[in-house]
Amino acid sequence: MRLIIQKYLYGDYGDGHAGGLEKASNQDQQKEWPLWEVFIRSKQGLDHKHAGSLHAADAIMALENARDVYTRRNEGMSIWVVESKHIHASDPDAAAEFFEPANDKIYRHPSFYDLPDSLKHM
Amino acid sequence: MEQTTNQLQEQFQQRVDEEQKIEPRDWMPEKYRQTLIRQISQHAHSEIIGMLPEGNWITRAPSLRRKAILLAKVQDEAGHGLYLYSAAETLGISRDEMYEQLHSGKAKYSSIFNYPTLSWADMGAIGWLVDGAAILNQIPLCRPSFGPYARAMVRVCKEESFHQRQGFECLLQLSKGSEVQRQMCQDAINRWWWPSLMMFGPKDDESPNSKLSMQWKIKRFTNDELRQKFVDMIAEQIKLLGMVLPDPDLKWNEQTKHYDYGAINWEEFKQVIQGNGPCNKERLEARKKAWADGAWVRDAATAHAAKQANKKAKANSLTKETQQP
Repeated sequence: MRLIIQKYLYGDYGDGHAGGLEKASNQDQQKEWPLWEVFIRSKQGLDHKHAGSLHAADAIMALENARDVYTRRNEGMSIWVVESKHIHASDPDAAAEFFEPANDKIYRHPSFYDLPDSLKHM
Repeated sequence: MEQTTNQLQEQFQQRVDEEQKIEPRDWMPEKYRQTLIRQISQHAHSEIIGMLPEGNWITRAPSLRRKAILLAKVQDEAGHGLYLYSAAETLGISRDEMYEQLHSGKAKYSSIFNYPTLSWADMGAIGWLVDGAAILNQIPLCRPSFGPYARAMVRVCKEESFHQRQGFECLLQLSKGSEVQRQMCQDAINRWWWPSLMMFGPKDDESPNSKLSMQWKIKRFTNDELRQKFVDMIAEQIKLLGMVLPDPDLKWNEQTKHYDYGAINWEEFKQVIQGNGPCNKERLEARKKAWADGAWVRDAATAHAAKQANKKAKANSLTKETQQP
């Protein structure tokens, strides 16, 4: 028996779900501001890293709220926000097949090659 | 490949046992999801309601320094509420549903915030005792099995330590002050001590949800274990203040190497949880009023965003038209 499992996402609504928002029923709930994912670069030279999410009416408000919620102690010097519904994600249930091609290619790792100890600088 | 619920459940428990994190899109038992939604949203509500007893003193802080500190602390609490709400949302409940549960009284929040803040010393006692108890509860929550909760709690715990330290410093200053200030300090400790002990929840043998939460690694220490840790910690720290804890039965037990403490008034705990504490009504009403009074701001922001988006779309189509050969 294959279960129909309702999945809720960390913002990644790409495969047709809209998380909790879809369930909003009365009119008041439909007024909820959209959800945004926040990415923060903690210092120059590092990647932006996912920090969490928040609600905001538009991108400017999302940036300002992200500053107040996620960088009260100088945790960042650059912020990206993206509306959560724009994020697409791979399916965790299919992770085994999806990432399988990498498994049997051990020759991609330097340790695969058996070389004489006398070989230097390699 | 077809999998039965039992198999999924087994795999799930195995992952938890191996200390692998569960992420929002992974399969999880429905009860696990519900337990987490309940716990995380209650925690978020506690942060939000927790702003009220302290917000009460912002305009009456005794110095600019204390005022700035209190403002920063209350702002942190708003932030903690927001981290936690968004962690709960990954489980499939919307923000507005959670607010609705809080406002209707369906969802609970920590009973400690239903006590009044009668003097400035209460700001110190809350930081030291209430936040101190919260920290002990929260540190093990930095590694629960659910990823988003763990990540939110790491942030919360990092920021919480300042809350406790500023509280102790506030009391320390009062304890070195005039006789009136010393009395104020002792009075605040007297009133906050027992409710702080109740923050760890019912005794282990009366805590029905604990077993499953432990199995799922949402919870890692029992209520009584954490409470004992707290008593041992505070019983030592209070010596620096030259104050006393309001418990005649409190004494060091050489055999157990812990402090023994007197009986907790669980009837009071029950009453406060059921809505009969000194400030339950006031807190919930203040929260509902803030939400209702903010409605026009939320609507205005939505309208502004729609207008801006519209304007931009129009400008774009105009540019396209003029670009036509």
